[in-house]
Amino acid sequence: MKQRLWRVVSVAVMACMPFVVGAQQQEDPVAEYRELFGEDNPAELWEQRGEGLWREARGPKNVPLSSCDFGLGAGVVAGAYAQMPRYFADTGRVEDLESRLVTCMTTIQGFDRETVLRSRFGDGDKKSDLEALTAYIVGQSRGHTVDIKLQHPAEKVAYETGKSLFFYRAGPHDFSCASCHGESGKRIRLQSLPGLLEKKDAQFAFTTWPGYRVSQGELRTLEWRLADCFRQQRLPQLGYGSPAAVALVMFMAVNANGGKMDAPNLKR
Amino acid sequence: MNKKIFGALVILVLSPLAVADSTQQAFEAMQQSFSKAGQAGMERLQQDETQRLCSAGAASNGLTDDALAKILAANEAAVKLPADGNYFGDWKRGQAIAQLGTGLQSSDDPAKPAGGNCYACHQMAESEIAYGTIGPSLLHYGKLRGNSQPIVDYTWRVLYNAKSYFACTHMPRFGSQGILDEQQLRDVMSYLLDPESPVNQ
Repeated sequence: MKQRLWRVVSVAVMACMPFVVGAQQQEDPVAEYRELFGEDNPAELWEQRGEGLWREARGPKNVPLSSCDFGLGAGVVAGAYAQMPRYFADTGRVEDLESRLVTCMTTIQGFDRETVLRSRFGDGDKKSDLEALTAYIVGQSRGHTVDIKLQHPAEKVAYETGKSLFFYRAGPHDFSCASCHGESGKRIRLQSLPGLLEKKDAQFAFTTWPGYRVSQGELRTLEWRLADCFRQQRLPQLGYGSPAAVALVMFMAVNANGGKMDAPNLKR
Repeated sequence: MNKKIFGALVILVLSPLAVADSTQQAFEAMQQSFSKAGQAGMERLQQDETQRLCSAGAASNGLTDDALAKILAANEAAVKLPADGNYFGDWKRGQAIAQLGTGLQSSDDPAKPAGGNCYACHQMAESEIAYGTIGPSLLHYGKLRGNSQPIVDYTWRVLYNAKSYFACTHMPRFGSQGILDEQQLRDVMSYLLDPESPVNQ
């Protein structure tokens, strides 16, 4: 196991060297990285750390997260992500995986919400527990089919809100999510954009986050992706696990129904 | 009144309301979910009429004729032609503006001028291969169209406020939203229309 890890690390370091693969301008720049990484993905490092955090007794209450319920019963992680976001009776809210983790870390382990949120995104040596836990739990749905049933009324409201948020144009540039992701086959500069209204693209996008971002040397989650899109839309900052974030994840997840989970994946 | 006709009328009257309702729902969710960051304040979540009508149209079956007319009129009225009648600047500066993608993001320095980020969506000079495809290709823009006064006037208006011609285009309203100033717009005009510009080589 250790040897395999080292192999992942060394490949990751190589990939960070600029243009080590002689990256030509092409349609899918990640394809070359994929070739280089083969079966390995540095995201495994996050998954393994996440598994440790999942089992470890932590927080002021010094207990593991094992009683956290992602919708399939306390502590059940296999396949759970493929059926999220969903409504949770204990909070009375629809939660995506990331907001559900915050709920469990605060209620079960006694962590302070603000402290957990402050390190929601990792940066170099500053590691994020949320990212690692997200990577681990999403990884436990690999091969599972995305299956969002929209049974609870609150889930339907979240989907409808997500849909109107997707088309909501605002800010000095008049951008909405649909400006870049309303149509398939478009690109910004050389970056291909998934058209999130079309099944195939929506499935590809949803089933491949979180991803190890080669350009950043970090694992990034879906909520990170959304927040950074809004930054580029020139809008204020999207709150992590906020109603708008969860609604948009719900909209994407429903559009991706039937897709096979393949994350954490590899991203540009 | 015939019940069926009454029912149909109720649906006709209520359906734009349903769309307006969902846009309102999105706005309320955003109010609870966003916070000010850098220069990006909460006021940016508030839509003007163009944004509101375009969002509602995209989320439903498109624009009504009435909404289309409103958008075009409002945005045409927002166009300002250059005060001194001079439409042109320096294509080299225009090129830098077309390449620059920063400006007005929460992470950007508000003291620095914004870019136009034209290459994010448009092909322009043949030598720049990293161009996006959301907008039409502008390769040889001036070479193909010449620079007669109607072309110059049209190009200025599209840069200043593209929604005065194309109601809900993805293209930002660079002049009327204050993204680029008049001199920057003149420079971009030259990048598009100057025979010396790489766009026209």
